[in-house]
Amino acid sequence: MFANMDLQQLLFGRFTIEQIPYHEPILQATFAGVAVVGLAVLGVITYYRFWGPMWRDWITSIDHKKIGIMYCIFAAVMLLRGFADAILMRSQQAVAFGNEQGFLPPHHYDQIFTAHGMIMIFFVAMPFVTGLMNFAVPLQIGARDVAFPFLNNFSFWMTVAGGMLVMVSLFVGEFSRATWLAYPPLSEASMSPGVGVDYYIWALQIAGIGTLLSGINLVATIVKMRAPGMTMMKLPIFVWSSLCTNILIVAAFPILTAVLAMLSLDRYVGTHFFTNDLGGNAMLYFNLIWIWGHPEVYILILPAFGVFSEITSTFCGKRLFGYTSMVYALVVITILAYLVWLHHFFTMGSGADVNSFFGITTMIISIPTGAKIFNWMFTMYRGRIRFEVPMMWVVAFIVTFVIGGMTGVLLAVPPADFVLHNSLFLIAHFHNVIIGGVLFGMFAGVTFWFPKAFGFKLDEFWGKVALVFWVTGFYVAFMPLYVLGLMGVTRRMQHFDDPSLQIWFVIAAIGAALIACGIGSQIVMFVVSIRNRDKLRDLTGDPWGGRTLEWSTSSPPPDYNFAFTPVVHDSDAWWDMKNRGFARPMTGYKPIHMPKNTATGAILAALNFAFGIAMIWYVWWLAALSFLAIFVVAIAHTFNYKRDYYIPADTVSRTEGQRTRELEMA
Amino acid sequence: MMHADTAPPGAAAPVFYQTDEEGHHSEGSTMLGFWLYLMSDCLIFATLFATYGVLGRSYAAGPTPKELFDLPGIAVNTAMLLFSSITYGFAMLEMDRDRVKQTQIWLAVTGLFGAAFVALEIREFVHLFHEGAPPWRSAFLSSFYTLVSTHGLHVSMGILWLIVLMVQVGKHGLIVENKRRLMCLSMFWHFLDLIWIGVFTVVYLMGVLE
Amino acid sequence: MIVTTHRTDRTDIVRGRGRRLLPLLALPLLTMLGGCNFVVLHPAGYVAEQQRNLVLAATGLMLLIIVPVIAFTLIFAWRYRATNEDAVYDPEWHHSTQLEVLIWTAPLMIIIALGALTWIGTHTLDPFRPLSKLDAKRDVPAGTQPLEIEAVAMDWKWLFLYPQYGIATVNEVAAPVDRPIRFKITATDVMNTFYVPTLAGMVYAMPGMQTQLHAVINREGAWEGRSAHYSGAGFSNMFFKFHGLTNDGFDQWVAKAKSSSGELSQEAYLKLEEPSEAEPARYYKSYMQGLYDRIIGMCPRPEQMCVGEMMKIDARGGASGAEAAANYDRLQYDNRMVDRGNEAPGATGPASGTGPHGQTQPQGMRPRPDMGNPDSRAKGESALPGQEKGRDVKGPDSKGQSEGGQIAPKQLNE
Repeated sequence: MFANMDLQQLLFGRFTIEQIPYHEPILQATFAGVAVVGLAVLGVITYYRFWGPMWRDWITSIDHKKIGIMYCIFAAVMLLRGFADAILMRSQQAVAFGNEQGFLPPHHYDQIFTAHGMIMIFFVAMPFVTGLMNFAVPLQIGARDVAFPFLNNFSFWMTVAGGMLVMVSLFVGEFSRATWLAYPPLSEASMSPGVGVDYYIWALQIAGIGTLLSGINLVATIVKMRAPGMTMMKLPIFVWSSLCTNILIVAAFPILTAVLAMLSLDRYVGTHFFTNDLGGNAMLYFNLIWIWGHPEVYILILPAFGVFSEITSTFCGKRLFGYTSMVYALVVITILAYLVWLHHFFTMGSGADVNSFFGITTMIISIPTGAKIFNWMFTMYRGRIRFEVPMMWVVAFIVTFVIGGMTGVLLAVPPADFVLHNSLFLIAHFHNVIIGGVLFGMFAGVTFWFPKAFGFKLDEFWGKVALVFWVTGFYVAFMPLYVLGLMGVTRRMQHFDDPSLQIWFVIAAIGAALIACGIGSQIVMFVVSIRNRDKLRDLTGDPWGGRTLEWSTSSPPPDYNFAFTPVVHDSDAWWDMKNRGFARPMTGYKPIHMPKNTATGAILAALNFAFGIAMIWYVWWLAALSFLAIFVVAIAHTFNYKRDYYIPADTVSRTEGQRTRELEMA
Repeated sequence: MMHADTAPPGAAAPVFYQTDEEGHHSEGSTMLGFWLYLMSDCLIFATLFATYGVLGRSYAAGPTPKELFDLPGIAVNTAMLLFSSITYGFAMLEMDRDRVKQTQIWLAVTGLFGAAFVALEIREFVHLFHEGAPPWRSAFLSSFYTLVSTHGLHVSMGILWLIVLMVQVGKHGLIVENKRRLMCLSMFWHFLDLIWIGVFTVVYLMGVLE
Repeated sequence: MIVTTHRTDRTDIVRGRGRRLLPLLALPLLTMLGGCNFVVLHPAGYVAEQQRNLVLAATGLMLLIIVPVIAFTLIFAWRYRATNEDAVYDPEWHHSTQLEVLIWTAPLMIIIALGALTWIGTHTLDPFRPLSKLDAKRDVPAGTQPLEIEAVAMDWKWLFLYPQYGIATVNEVAAPVDRPIRFKITATDVMNTFYVPTLAGMVYAMPGMQTQLHAVINREGAWEGRSAHYSGAGFSNMFFKFHGLTNDGFDQWVAKAKSSSGELSQEAYLKLEEPSEAEPARYYKSYMQGLYDRIIGMCPRPEQMCVGEMMKIDARGGASGAEAAANYDRLQYDNRMVDRGNEAPGATGPASGTGPHGQTQPQGMRPRPDMGNPDSRAKGESALPGQEKGRDVKGPDSKGQSEGGQIAPKQLNE
């Protein structure tokens, strides 16, 4: 392309046109698919003249509800990507036996499992969780927004920028092949010299900043912005779980940032933190990454616990059983989350005392977790359970999750872990808790709060179809992996020699296909629901007979959430208000002080994306330029002192008048 | 059927809405948020300290702290940073008295001390490079440079922030927003001081006196 | 899902008399499918057997609470469904001290029991601890010298050194039945785990470090062992054969290795160290003096400084000046593959010039057969992984095994 290699290197770093895998049929097809869907989306946006509103009302929005919704959409899109990886892996393992090599060579297969793990945790589970917290927490505590609305927008776009980096790696260069935690020495420059691990590092660093800031934001929101009367022991349980989660985020993500920074110094500067030679110590990485990694597990599951608690008590028409012990259980789990990290590498030879200490602390976590499950059970006891879709997810969750919990405690017994570690049993275990716990929780939460966000319910039939496919798909896909684990079959294998194992992998692949049907049904569910939105419309703002404050306002809530800040007397504040015949004030509206939208977050994230790309490909001029630009934009932003405005009283009055009419119609 | 926390039946219906509130009630969360950020930053330093603790004796048959560190030089460096903390305190006192000019002067003095600190640190690094002790020489040096220069980068960012604030104070005066920002920077600056005391003790003193 | 039909006697397990705990897995499906071998549940080594017993005991203990939870959840869900007007509805019932105590103590009791089991099990089954028993009944006879095997995980094959016999093998390891084995485990450049499911649990193999595993094999047979920790592109083919042999069979096996022509000299070792996968089994009649120490010391080449020496210098207070610079050069280790122009595991693009997703294999790896060409993938006589054949062990005479460091004739790479 360039006669002068030096000039090419100066301009494009280590990028060459050969780095685009245009010769790979799987990627050609993927690219074609992405291009078609992308063009279709752009076409639809253009056709409906949605560009302006999209920029004004969404991309630059600092409204926590919209940001929450965008997080969930982002997570859903990334779920499709991560699931496509899963389907590829399952099909490869279902066919690659004996003489048959399958369709994925190790170079490609290894990227796929790395991408699958990393995407599912960081760009599916995390944004889902953050999205639900963003949407629901301020509403549940009777606030008008989060503590730092601009940061919220910035956090979201940083997460997206990180996700985009992973997506770019699909078509430009390659992705990491060093597994989802990039264990050194394999992830060191001498063992993985390509761009893959750099994509991984920068995607996580950039998204990690977003996660950390959103964690700080939500902690401050919950601590400082609760409605009057809402003492800590009157917080809705979802808010409690969000608080614990965000404390975990603030106290865990900096460790990830630091450890990845050290890995990148090893790769870029040639330092010796985790190398074999010159005094480096890879075991240090294992410890540090899991000191972040284990709390991360609870960062994901605690909000799901919160969602299940809310849903159980709502659909049982009954106060949550054992609220206080639920809170203590959350706090205990939060603290213990930091005392168990070593159970991820019992087999490293830490000695019996250390191993049994960490094994037993791990088991202790199952006590509060068990207590929570009992609490949900006894909330159902003497309830009047309405089996709508969210409640069905709860039952599916409890049954599935206890099995995952059991295998988890089993893996916490070090000698048992010696035979099951790195096996497909382990894979089955964590999918059991992450799908059965986190993902089911997020689906339940989305179904539960969807009418609040959009003013109409999701189609029930397709919701149930999706649930049936997901639940059966899960069991069919992962129970065979438990079996295979007991046969001593290990993870991350691209090919097997023993044909007698094939049947189990075929069954697992069928399970993955069932899950694909589940995802398909969910897409149909959204399409059908949007088409039938008038039939599914909810005018009351309280479609489920809710108990917490988010149901006291209209659906979707106005920009300011509450015309008047509610005063709380009970942990089930809205239930209490309904019970005691509250009167909704109809007059005396005041102008409401609100933050203004800003494009700075999106611009900063775009610059960070450029910086990431530049660092990955060694395009030093672009790295310097984008780095400088980040500072210029950030500093310029601080010179803007007019970040807020007042919603005039008559606008509030008009909006609330509309709500009054809707309530009369309902 | 009533929950224990609720009023007994027949009692007057309680107030469910605040009808006389004044605007947004997020004031005060900035300090908490910034404090949370500092704690998370503190964890980054904790990780780097722990790393130094693990790798700090892995000299890889190369230079050791005893040989490399110039304690008197570091003491001067430390003094610069401690002075800057004191002068920042003076700036805050002036801010409380709403004196723009004096606040700015003390901020400038603080910035100069900070810049002197960073300059001395860079000088030390240049010296170490000449001694054949770059960060890629050994795990000890990798962890040393990372810990110390992360702190140094923080100080540099603090100086940049300080300059921005001086301009903003000049432009808008000591308005509420600027006072809040000065408070945040104050926390940041003292926090870096604290970290430095840790670095000085763990890295330099313990390294040389061993 | 695992369903045990047989509850286990805990004390038995702790004392290691888990003989009655045959893996009574009541999954009719499994028996129907046949041919499946739950090697983890039906191991041939005493250590793995005790680990299996712990798995079963822990599962049984937890089922005590898991089964009622699932049952009650479903029962409550059914009984208190909204359409069932007969069920009691008590919307304000949300607290019961007795129940709260119960729901915290019930799991606590289970965990106390399990914790005790864990503490004892972890200490008795510590892989670093020499064995005291050969199986549930027999103690290790006094004065027994364990068989020493030094296992080295390489890219992507296993090297085994027998210091007591002076032989070395690649991708094949053998031990006499009922003789304690002490594995010393390390790796050349990335982490792996040493895992023979039928023998004992896995332990990490780490470059520059040594882990240990004490185990014993109680039955004759041939089983698969492998690396269970992902280590790069050739990982899927990084397996080896583990043979349990009679004493005579083992002696013959050693003699066979001794009579082979290969010697693992420094040069041969450096050649072996280069990345390759699906290596056939090989024997070396002898290996270089101090090879294992040089591997652990990360100094396979004579000009390199070993880690032990480096640590001595560090303890003395380091080095400076020209000496430090010289030491730096001698301590370079990780970059050697790249320096030699060999593809490090998992590398692509820039280093080798191969496309990132392409099917071209980097240098040094076994040429990958074209997809769908079954002939090129045929694999000697290797037994099926995860499967205990229980057949007569062919020992050193097995077909497909190599003679003296050369690749066996039946192997591929034609």
